Amino acid sequence: MIAALLVMIGIAVFLGAVLGFSAIKFKVQGNPLVEKIDAVLPQTQCGQCGFPGCKPYAEALAKGEADINKCPPGGEEGIHKLADLLGKEFIPFGEGAPPKAKSVAFIDESTCIGCTLCIQACPVDAIVGAAKQMHTIIASECTGCELCLAPCPVDCISMLPIAEDITNWKWRYPVFPIQATI
Amino acid sequence: MKAAFKFHGGVHPPTHKTESTRTPIAQTALPSKLVIPLHQHVGARAKPVVQVGEHVLKGQMIGKPEGRLSNAVHASTSGTVSAIDLQLVAHHSGQPDLCVTIVPDGRDEWIAHTGVDYKQTAHTELRHLLRQAGVVGLGGAVFPSDLKAYSNKHKIKTMVLNGAECEPYITCDDMLMRERPADILRGAEVLRELLYAEEILIGIEDNKPEAIAAMRQAVIDGKHEHMTVVAVPTVYPSGGAKQLMRILTGIEVAAGVRSTEKGLQCFNVATAYSAWRAIAHGEPLLSRIVTVTGNVAHAQNFEVLLGTPVDELMAQAGSRPDTDKHIMGGPMMGVQLPSATVGITKAANCIIASSPALFPPPKPALPCIRCTRCAEVCPAELQPQDLYWFAKANNFGKAQEFHLFDCIECGACTYVCPSNIPLVNYYRYAKSEIWAREQEAQAAELARERHEFRQLRIEREKQEKAEKLAQKEKAAAVAKAASDAVQMPTATPLGPNADPDDAMQLRIDAALARAKEQASAAHPKNTETLTPQQHAEIAEADARRAKAHEMALSDAEQKSE
Repeated sequence: MIAALLVMIGIAVFLGAVLGFSAIKFKVQGNPLVEKIDAVLPQTQCGQCGFPGCKPYAEALAKGEADINKCPPGGEEGIHKLADLLGKEFIPFGEGAPPKAKSVAFIDESTCIGCTLCIQACPVDAIVGAAKQMHTIIASECTGCELCLAPCPVDCISMLPIAEDITNWKWRYPVFPIQATI
Repeated sequence: MKAAFKFHGGVHPPTHKTESTRTPIAQTALPSKLVIPLHQHVGARAKPVVQVGEHVLKGQMIGKPEGRLSNAVHASTSGTVSAIDLQLVAHHSGQPDLCVTIVPDGRDEWIAHTGVDYKQTAHTELRHLLRQAGVVGLGGAVFPSDLKAYSNKHKIKTMVLNGAECEPYITCDDMLMRERPADILRGAEVLRELLYAEEILIGIEDNKPEAIAAMRQAVIDGKHEHMTVVAVPTVYPSGGAKQLMRILTGIEVAAGVRSTEKGLQCFNVATAYSAWRAIAHGEPLLSRIVTVTGNVAHAQNFEVLLGTPVDELMAQAGSRPDTDKHIMGGPMMGVQLPSATVGITKAANCIIASSPALFPPPKPALPCIRCTRCAEVCPAELQPQDLYWFAKANNFGKAQEFHLFDCIECGACTYVCPSNIPLVNYYRYAKSEIWAREQEAQAAELARERHEFRQLRIEREKQEKAEKLAQKEKAAAVAKAASDAVQMPTATPLGPNADPDDAMQLRIDAALARAKEQASAAHPKNTETLTPQQHAEIAEADARRAKAHEMALSDAEQKSE
């Protein structure tokens, strides 16, 4: 009887030690769900969701504090992905947040006064320039978040939609007449 | 020798090859202008190295390769560069691309060029020559040949020379093999040398007996060893690289595996020919054999300068008025040209003049009945009906699971579909959507990295600023304590826990006290020689000023109350 008890206690102590050790050794840093959600988000860092960037929105989604339809750059496909990931129902975009065509910011360099306000606003450091020097956008790194538009004191930044050319052209969904079957 | 193996599926469309093989390859007249696209190969677009207005010689490089996967572009004749701008090109999109337009001067004057003896030249040098000569795969894929003629990881046993030319209407390789077999085989020897390949197998479809005979004779005449011409059965798409390798060697190159890993490499016969011209004669790729056929008076093969506008080429074959469009390539995989003014490129093996009588508009598509005829003919052994289903439903993940990217877009499935569904268009749509998503994901990854780095930098800058400020304050406090100790021993020393506001107030009080002291120490000068009357006036004025000051003070007090 006592031997059995001792064996059970021994096993319990041993397993507890193993569990305790692995809890320290294999501790997961951060919330893995946040990482997964962040991977789905488009990383425009535009703040249209009401959070200061994609990661904070992902954190809020992981805690269940935000709706999944707050990310216009992600498009409806993004909502579907979030719905799948979080096991939620699809919700369409609200009234005020229709997804826009993809675009990049463009600085009218003749108007720019070199105030650096847009550089400070850019979440991905896609603007090059210095005080009292002309600024310009690195188009390949611009996410089209529009955060540089508001701070510009001379309104020299505009958003140019990305035009289709031979490098980014895509095959269209095949559309052809379907014969009526009577 | 007959082929011993076969691939899965395949179709037998009417070949229409005899129309254009009745007469030998003809030279074209010099066109009025050449529109030479700078992107005629797989990889990065060549960078223009000429200026508008510059006079160029035949064979002069006008676009230099940019990056590893790229290739050179040359002036096909001597003349003047009249424009470097966006022009329509032979592309499915119908979008313009950067082209160099040259107006020929009619002299056709060559730039200085000499060949090398490939046996006496280092391999890296030979590959460099191929790259600088703009040699790319002329079977239609236009992959840079210098990159294909290199294998350091895997031993190449067999080099396949592709003369199958399986697509209907096209006969350019057939005519080249009939007329210039010796140079093709010499080029093949250069490529074999570069790959250290043991044997060369030349696959030619058995509907080209003249080409097979000519090539066999050339093998004997040229005393080429370990080189065999194999007649392969006529079935579309036997000219696909993987399909031909399978027919000739029985080796199947699986999905995601490169043929070099299996000891195989494949070149088109015209590529071997232009490799020989480039190495032995120093001639860059300036022209190619183009089959002009379809709705024309006399279908024929022409040796065409790259950049020749299609309409000028068609005129030489006798274009007919009811031609409504032109197809570059064959009817199975070809590109419908956005305009008849586009220039001939390295990929243009054939131009078919199309008319409604020749190619009637496709019949309306019916729903898929899942008859699986497409699966029976698919040379890649895919399930096209499933791929269609997933592509149609935008279920791209599933389409990829079903090996969408193994599809070679040969069009055999579309050809046999009893419901007339444009299956290949669905696969192309799905592929380009998947590529676009991948690019978006990469851009997002870049944006995330940059954003995170920015956050880190801002945090770091904040910390550095705080540290600097703390150090400065500390230094100032030390200096002040030292100066206070010397000048004003009576001043209250600041304790280490003193409130910053109190410290500021103390400093202000001290400054006021110093100012007062200075004011009382200052005595009015020039007053010694004044009369008593003047002294009395000064005293009076001082009294008035003091009174006014007092009144102002009491006023302020009243107001503040």
